[in-house]
Amino acid sequence: MTVPDGLPTGDRLYRIHWLPGTDTLRGTCHCGAERTADDPVELWQWLLDHPRDHLAQRAVPATRRTPADAARRTSVPA
Amino acid sequence: MPFARNQWYVAAYSNEVGRELLARTILGEPLVLYRATAGTAVALADRCVHRRFPLSQSRLDGDTIVCGYHGFTYDETGSCVFVPGQQRIPRTARVAGYPVVEQDTLVWVWIGDAEPDPGTIPRAPWLDDPGYTVVRGMAPLNARYGLLVDNLMDLSHETYLHGGYIGTPEVANTPITTTVDEEKGVVHVSRHMDDAECPPFYARSTGIQGRITRWQDIEYHPPCLYLLHSRIAPQGVYPPAEGPDSAAFHAEIVYAITPSTEHTTYDFWAVARDFAVDDESVSEYLYQSNHTVVMQDVTALNTLEQVIAAEPERYQELSINIDTGGLAARRLIERMIGAPTVGASR
Repeated sequence: MTVPDGLPTGDRLYRIHWLPGTDTLRGTCHCGAERTADDPVELWQWLLDHPRDHLAQRAVPATRRTPADAARRTSVPA
Repeated sequence: MPFARNQWYVAAYSNEVGRELLARTILGEPLVLYRATAGTAVALADRCVHRRFPLSQSRLDGDTIVCGYHGFTYDETGSCVFVPGQQRIPRTARVAGYPVVEQDTLVWVWIGDAEPDPGTIPRAPWLDDPGYTVVRGMAPLNARYGLLVDNLMDLSHETYLHGGYIGTPEVANTPITTTVDEEKGVVHVSRHMDDAECPPFYARSTGIQGRITRWQDIEYHPPCLYLLHSRIAPQGVYPPAEGPDSAAFHAEIVYAITPSTEHTTYDFWAVARDFAVDDESVSEYLYQSNHTVVMQDVTALNTLEQVIAAEPERYQELSINIDTGGLAARRLIERMIGAPTVGASR
């Protein structure tokens, strides 16, 4: 069938989940960074401002990332 | 609002383009469409180069259009092949011809000066699939196209504007997931309702009695094509891990959102279904119901257009969670407006 069973996949996806049972939105960048917010305008702004960080991360091959790099990927300031 | 040029737009359904001249204005450009004797669809500028008379109010002579005012005659490419009373045809005697691609029973035209790539046209294969039955229509909208994009990207309005047809409380109450595929330039909005009331639109067409599991998966290919994959099943019935999802009913809802002028839009709509495909009474019911739903939207959006036209500049609107998909769609359209060749990046 043509109906998708799951969410779209790809290399450059921005995703915003509205967390069930809450008013909270969780934004996920294709680099893995996440942030929660209760305002979709603010969250899109954060996601779209984010590519500056992507460019810096792409310069570092994944196999050579240090723990500090990995931590930085998942702890972008809210 | 400004237009995204250098993009493909739906100008008509295939069955609207024949040996009668058809006038459509797209992105402010008047077009005349017709079908040549070989069967190909043709789109030309709808103004005679001589004194601007609309070619759509003229007549076909074979594959040429003879202007109804002074007889200037144009071939399928827009070149003038005859002028009255003289042998010499001025070098500038031609009207613009528009690239046309006919696909999935839709007639797409390229509006812009850049080189078109037919490979970037998004697909709606259900409209031309013998396994599906399709009802369709087109509603002219006296509102800017952005209002229809907003409307379709946020289906929570079904609960309030379309109650008794396709809206139930669960639509507005179920959280959505929004995904933007930057590489493909597509916005996805997914709303999966595990346990929902079955609205009349689906109860009467599928025969399901009782509650349902209802999935709405939107794919918006800006600027023009909107797809809603609608999956309806008895409550608790999910797709199997493998094989066809034959226990569910599927409706592919297709919209083409074609800006006509700054304040008017062509609202092409279609419902393709994989159930009751030979039942004409279901087709008639779905046509009437969806037409009613579309006209409810038309009435609301026409009102909004008047409201916006009368309001002071810089009105500050409010966006909440339900608007996440609409905001994403707006951004992709704005990017297209700012980047004339953005279509090539798809």
